[in-house]
Amino acid sequence: MGRVTPEIPSASLADIAFMLLIFFLVATTMDVDSGISRILPPMPDTDQPDDDQQIRERNIFTVRVNAQDMLLVEGQLENLQNLRDRAKEFIANPRDEAHLPEKVVEEVEYFGEYPISRQVISLQNARGTSYGMYIKVQNELTAAYNELRDELSMDRFGRTFERLDASQQAAVRKIYPMRISEAEPRQVGGR
Amino acid sequence: MPGISTASLPDIVFMLLFFFMVSTTMREVTINVRQRLPSATEVQKLEKRSLVSFIYIGQPRTAFEALLGTEPRIQLNDQFATTADIAAFIAGEREARDEAEIPFMRTSLKVDNEVRMGIVDDVKQALRRANALNINYSTLTVESIFD
Repeated sequence: MGRVTPEIPSASLADIAFMLLIFFLVATTMDVDSGISRILPPMPDTDQPDDDQQIRERNIFTVRVNAQDMLLVEGQLENLQNLRDRAKEFIANPRDEAHLPEKVVEEVEYFGEYPISRQVISLQNARGTSYGMYIKVQNELTAAYNELRDELSMDRFGRTFERLDASQQAAVRKIYPMRISEAEPRQVGGR
Repeated sequence: MPGISTASLPDIVFMLLFFFMVSTTMREVTINVRQRLPSATEVQKLEKRSLVSFIYIGQPRTAFEALLGTEPRIQLNDQFATTADIAAFIAGEREARDEAEIPFMRTSLKVDNEVRMGIVDDVKQALRRANALNINYSTLTVESIFD
């Protein structure tokens, strides 16, 4: 009958929503976490004798960074700008040169018999190296692998590595496996 | 002249609110060390944030300088720590997760640009000893690192 239920006043709704909004603005962050992912080698077993696998000199690409953030590539002073191209040339060894890594023919899905280079990149830093420089070097080495994988994927499948399906990615990865080995840290060059 | 109707104001604010609720994540710790992250081009996004533990390294913020000096420090959760605390920290993080998820856990190193590698190497060694081998060097994303 005549009884009218009074409506709940909604004038303050906006204020309440504003308050919630401000709370979320203050208490949360927008940043997406991203970075360069790596897998550390497990600690060497102390009981087991060191069966030092001898890797041939030609298969190792030594990169050293000293405490003054200077870069030494295969014993020569080098600019960071050239590191990516030198690493790419080393990893792929396109002209089968004798001082670059040897290749072993292996059966790879989608590719058939494919010569895979036995490359290892050895990265060594001093305790005084700045973290910024270290990340730049890691970035360039990663970029070398990523570019080679992309080039191979484009050649074979006409798509970039990221757009391949899982088994195709595995095949490309088998041809260019990322092998960045970091030396056991030791005191080099003071600081 | 009639005033502008404010009837839709709550709706607009709610829309904004939902946008922020969905696109942001809760701040979990107060970071007490300086963090100017390095930049890189070859970055990967960290998936499954719930499986990521963070280690912050950097110079203590100005408020702590009188107490701790300016040498870079490690921060775990909300506290300053040393490399000796990392094993316990990793064990605690593992305890908090489901056993099946432990192999997929990752440690994100959030290290200031100007920190020297010595302390980072020590942390990496501690992580190896704790068998926490998946790591991520946290960086910003840029188009080129040579600018």
